[in-house]
Amino acid sequence: MSVLVYAEQNEGVCRKPAFEAVTFARHTADLLGTNCIALTIGNPSNASELGSYGATEVRNISLGWSHFDNLVYAKAIADMAGEVNANVVVLGHSGQGRALAGRLAIRLQAGLVSAVNSLPELVENLIVRKSVYSGKAIASVMVKSPRSVFTIQGNSIPPAKKGTPVEVVEANVTLEESQIKVQTLASESGAISLPDAELVVSGGRGFKGPENWGILEELAEALGAATACSRPVADSGWRPHHEHVGQTGVAIRPNLYIAIGISGAIQHLGGVNNSKTIVVINKDPEAPFFKAADYGVVGDLFEVVPRLTEAVKKHKSG
Amino acid sequence: MKLLVCISKTPDTTAKISFINDNTTFNTEGVQYIMNPYDEWYALVKALEIKEKAGGTVTLIHVGPKNNETIIRKGLAIGADDAIRIDKDPVDSLDVATQIANAVQDENYDIIFTGKETIEFNNSEVGSMLSELLQLPFVSYATKMDVQDNLARLTRDAGGHEEQVEVTLPILVSASKGLAEQRIPNMRGIMMAKSKALKVVEPVSVESRSEIIAFETPELRSSCTLVDPENMDELVRLLHEEAKVI
Repeated sequence: MSVLVYAEQNEGVCRKPAFEAVTFARHTADLLGTNCIALTIGNPSNASELGSYGATEVRNISLGWSHFDNLVYAKAIADMAGEVNANVVVLGHSGQGRALAGRLAIRLQAGLVSAVNSLPELVENLIVRKSVYSGKAIASVMVKSPRSVFTIQGNSIPPAKKGTPVEVVEANVTLEESQIKVQTLASESGAISLPDAELVVSGGRGFKGPENWGILEELAEALGAATACSRPVADSGWRPHHEHVGQTGVAIRPNLYIAIGISGAIQHLGGVNNSKTIVVINKDPEAPFFKAADYGVVGDLFEVVPRLTEAVKKHKSG
Repeated sequence: MKLLVCISKTPDTTAKISFINDNTTFNTEGVQYIMNPYDEWYALVKALEIKEKAGGTVTLIHVGPKNNETIIRKGLAIGADDAIRIDKDPVDSLDVATQIANAVQDENYDIIFTGKETIEFNNSEVGSMLSELLQLPFVSYATKMDVQDNLARLTRDAGGHEEQVEVTLPILVSASKGLAEQRIPNMRGIMMAKSKALKVVEPVSVESRSEIIAFETPELRSSCTLVDPENMDELVRLLHEEAKVI
């Protein structure tokens, strides 16, 4: 028996989502009284550091590695799960994790719970919590089968250090040849990935047009925040679709969400109301978003936002 | 080109979410149901676009009771050719994926579409499970797609960056925003939908491996602290000292 965690890499390095998944896996292993084994693919440079988050072993697959193919990866991870006799497999709820989890659940005949946002409890069976109805409710889910697969929602389980770096061992598993061709398109350099961002600055129709986005970007830059927008803004083509947060866009849970010129329709709130702190800037004091906010500023965004940017810069330099 | 679109039923995006029976059951009273937006706006419309270019058929498949035929008829009104309904109120993703796999495994579809997730459970599980059950390549979160003969070129959202993927059919694709533009059914489509074939299939038995044991609604925020728009230093101070987020 063991807990196997697939620690995903991003541009050659294991990042926060991997550490969050290992933290969850180590807690699960503690509950079950077993080992937490981390698996990496393609030799991330800091794989040994997974030991610092509680992995007792780190194994890496480098043979046959090229690009992500969920069919090929799922087979290799399932093979690895068989080799270490894993009854729990943990992944991040990332693009990779989501594409892999269903395949793994079928291969391993395991119960699957996706987008888990709490550490597990053990009451005969493992019980975890997850957000449902696009953030409007939380469900407690019990796994009923001997094996389970979990994907971990980003920004939900703070990575906790426990243990020390361990030596990375080459796994006795190879990747099959992929039948798909993949080319990575250049991502905007320096841009912060929205689902992983801890600080997010978001704009709505109140900005009146794409030409006015400069003040929002300056605020985001001063804070080191990712930028986002409401649905009407993405649908009008003012901002790219991948910035749309809300029920039919990306659901996020940053530490700080600053909503500027967004009225706060129920579909938008669904995608952001798991944020730790919400600031709303709107000239309409009746905007429904104020009811979901921790801090509100009633005022003209074209005056308030540059003022806030200056205040942030002053705070950072002070 | 033989195309299949998996469609799901979800509460309307404006539905009030509440629970009954000691918070174990979703309260359906007064809730309007719709076709899952990712299935309707992106998956179905992309399938129709491919058919319009390359010829072929677009079939809808849905796992659900007879009441749900309203959303199937809407899909037919938007332009699908025919539909299959598997007669079971599904208990989870495994149930849905197994029922669909069982119904279509001998049908040799060139492309099977799902939405990237339902807005109800946000699991994103059915596409991955179904692709494993049918042993198909799976491109998730597709935002662009073009098909030439038996080669599909897709752009997928890989979380923070995009990837271009080339893959030979048959494949399974989960549709994300951007893949197509929503279509509204017209009167002619609605009339024609009434006479299109809707086949009802008996379900197979599936053993569930997980169960929702309770729901809760998130705590409401206590109250909003208003900050003077002239004094943004005060907002920064509150975010730093009180909320401790910057």
